[in-house]
Amino acid sequence: MQEINKEYQPLIVAFCCNWCSYAGADLAGSSRLSYPANVKIIRVPCSCRVNPMFILKAFQRGADGVIMCGCHPGDCHYTTGNYYARRRMTLLFDMLDYLGIEKERTRVEWVSAAEGVKFSNVMNEFAAKICELGENKRLEDLRCKE
Amino acid sequence: MQRIGVFVCWCGSNIAATVDVKRVAETLGQEPGVVYSADYQYMCSENGQQLIKTAIKEHGLTGIVVCSCSPRMHEATFRKTAESAGLNPYMVEIANIREQVSWIHKDIEEATVKAIILGRTAIAKLLLNTPLTAGETGVTKRALVIGGGIAGIQTALDIAEAGYEVDIVEQRPTIGGRMAQLDKTFPTLDCAACILTPKMVDCAQNEKIDILSYSEVEEVKGFVGNFTVKIRKKARYIDEKKCTGCGICMSVCPSKKGLNEFNMNLNNRPAAYIPFAQAIPNVAVIDPEQCIKLKTGKCGLCSMKCEAKAIDYTQQDSFVERNYGAIVVATGFKIADLKYFNEYGYADNKDVITSLELERLMNAAGPTKGTLLRPSDNTHPHVITFIQCVGSRDISGCGKPYCSKICCMYTAKHAMLIREKYPDTEVHVFYIDVRTPGKNYDEFYRRAVEQYDVDYIKGMVGKVYNENGKLMVQGSDLLSNEQITIASDLVVLAAAIEPEPSVRKIATLLTTSIDTNNFLTEAHAKLRPVESPTAGIFLSGMCQGPKDIPETVSQASACAAKVIGLLAKDKLKCNPCVSISDDSMCIGCGTCANVCPYGAITYVDKEFRLGGGKTEVRRVASVNEAVCQGCGACTVACPSGAIDLKGFTTKQIMAEVEAVCKR
Repeated sequence: MQEINKEYQPLIVAFCCNWCSYAGADLAGSSRLSYPANVKIIRVPCSCRVNPMFILKAFQRGADGVIMCGCHPGDCHYTTGNYYARRRMTLLFDMLDYLGIEKERTRVEWVSAAEGVKFSNVMNEFAAKICELGENKRLEDLRCKE
Repeated sequence: MQRIGVFVCWCGSNIAATVDVKRVAETLGQEPGVVYSADYQYMCSENGQQLIKTAIKEHGLTGIVVCSCSPRMHEATFRKTAESAGLNPYMVEIANIREQVSWIHKDIEEATVKAIILGRTAIAKLLLNTPLTAGETGVTKRALVIGGGIAGIQTALDIAEAGYEVDIVEQRPTIGGRMAQLDKTFPTLDCAACILTPKMVDCAQNEKIDILSYSEVEEVKGFVGNFTVKIRKKARYIDEKKCTGCGICMSVCPSKKGLNEFNMNLNNRPAAYIPFAQAIPNVAVIDPEQCIKLKTGKCGLCSMKCEAKAIDYTQQDSFVERNYGAIVVATGFKIADLKYFNEYGYADNKDVITSLELERLMNAAGPTKGTLLRPSDNTHPHVITFIQCVGSRDISGCGKPYCSKICCMYTAKHAMLIREKYPDTEVHVFYIDVRTPGKNYDEFYRRAVEQYDVDYIKGMVGKVYNENGKLMVQGSDLLSNEQITIASDLVVLAAAIEPEPSVRKIATLLTTSIDTNNFLTEAHAKLRPVESPTAGIFLSGMCQGPKDIPETVSQASACAAKVIGLLAKDKLKCNPCVSISDDSMCIGCGTCANVCPYGAITYVDKEFRLGGGKTEVRRVASVNEAVCQGCGACTVACPSGAIDLKGFTTKQIMAEVEAVCKR
């Protein structure tokens, strides 16, 4: 694949729950609300399906920022999934911060299926923040680079 | 090794205008595992699906990736396509290159590259997919309708008409809901009671319908086709089976200070009461807050006078547990709290009332027996001012951002009825916009203006204050650009409507979603408006959004049709994307059962062979596939990594992460 842009383009992985945030992203799409192309969405059934390993893996493979989006507290399709996710991520992000992955590189956001505007705003803000922070080299596994 | 086919959809120009679809198809065609790739204008069309089917057969494909719109849109479509070509439906992955690519990015190069990455990610996942088979469950042929207003009544009647049993759970002592409180209905001006009460009687007489009034849903377990619901029957202190509805208890009850909720608290009612004459069930109820016997132990007049011996002061809340195949939410609405709108003086002036209070004041069965009298001094008001959009279309945060939809029409109705009955009354209406879409609606509003001389003033009201017994309504007339003050006798506020507050608890019990305004969310705003995103839960009436009676009734019938469609099935296919535990890795710690919101995980003792003829018995997790909904909470909680989620396995998501991170 050819290089399209020589300037720095951060890579952002967004985990979105199927019921709220993925639908919110769809709404952002159908409302034509743009956000940077380097945000890549991975669909999970619920935010509680996001294993901390997935986030570590993303950083290892060179992601510059990871964001997890779920239903608003109290609105989880599976009743309580997002509460588990919130606790896990609080612990994980603290640990990552300790390891030198700045807290700003990780984020949890609640986006409902009706919040296309919020989805696009959050992604734009997050991408801008990651641009400021620059490349993440702390956890990147250089052996994975071709 | 898998043989994967990639199909790139143009979606007309929706995708093809910003994504170089040919290049996407070509590049993805060279990915390892991919043996066929194609692009087509509309993959979801008959021809597009045919192309997929032919390719599956000709190239012996074991899995397909469709690069198209959101999986929420057409995943089911393409799964069916694959199935009809002999492929397992779960060997299909969708790369969302419309909502996530072509609709939000303008640069063709950037969009094409992203589309390729998303395609690769889908391929990476598909390489690890395994064929899944959906299990089957039976369907309980009985429906539950929560809420007994016009929406619930219509839904229940239609379901019963098709031959299925229905229970209506209503939190108030009678069914009928808000419509029972109304005087006349627009645009035909027929009386609400005349068209509603026959339907209420139909419900009571229909042997398929069971009305559980003064009851609330307490607990919901299960899933589509197989819900178990626990219902709390609140203590009425009256034996429903014995009470004849004669009303003697009402007339002898010495405690008459309870506020009459049915009359919007405009007058009082006894502690033992029947909400209104046509109540269904026509059974009294005792308000424990007001009853002297229940509070002090002295009195018991009603019990002495009751010929049917129906009074039972010792009654307690009781519970019933029933099984249902489908649940309909029809919880309706209430008038929004006006505490943030002090400028209209609602709290301080008795003669500033809401439209629903006016309905009761004009109703022949209301507190004034249908004569329009001011609440403060029971005199006839000569100048009446209506204020529209009180709390609706308000983005300040105090009110509701949405339009309550019914206010323009009912205000025109009120104005017309008042001018008809009391031609000496002056009627003013302050409005922001008059919104009257609907059959015969605008004609109705024009009649109010042209035939009945109602004074419509475009502008907002800044303040309502009391001056020498007159309510001074200060507002602006935007058309003449003047500040005006109208000295009125009665001010009627078209207050915003909001969902009945109990809907939040019900939504949580049913694990269905609710929007920021507390309205229940439909599965698809346009194409699935009466179903909730949770399978087996349906929406009827105002709980889904503001609507008038004709719309509510249409939605209620539509909802019934969907319920009947579900109940008519003997077997339902389950979601095969459920958790599965690997016995050899499970340590039986119990963590997964703790986090499971559905109680789908239990523990069983299993015998394992250790070799050398020895065996041991270990406690391991066992997932009930019919109960598991596939959230995946257990997979992350499991310390030994024994539990995985089919369709979203740890390996699959890891592969996706790797694929998106590949630059």
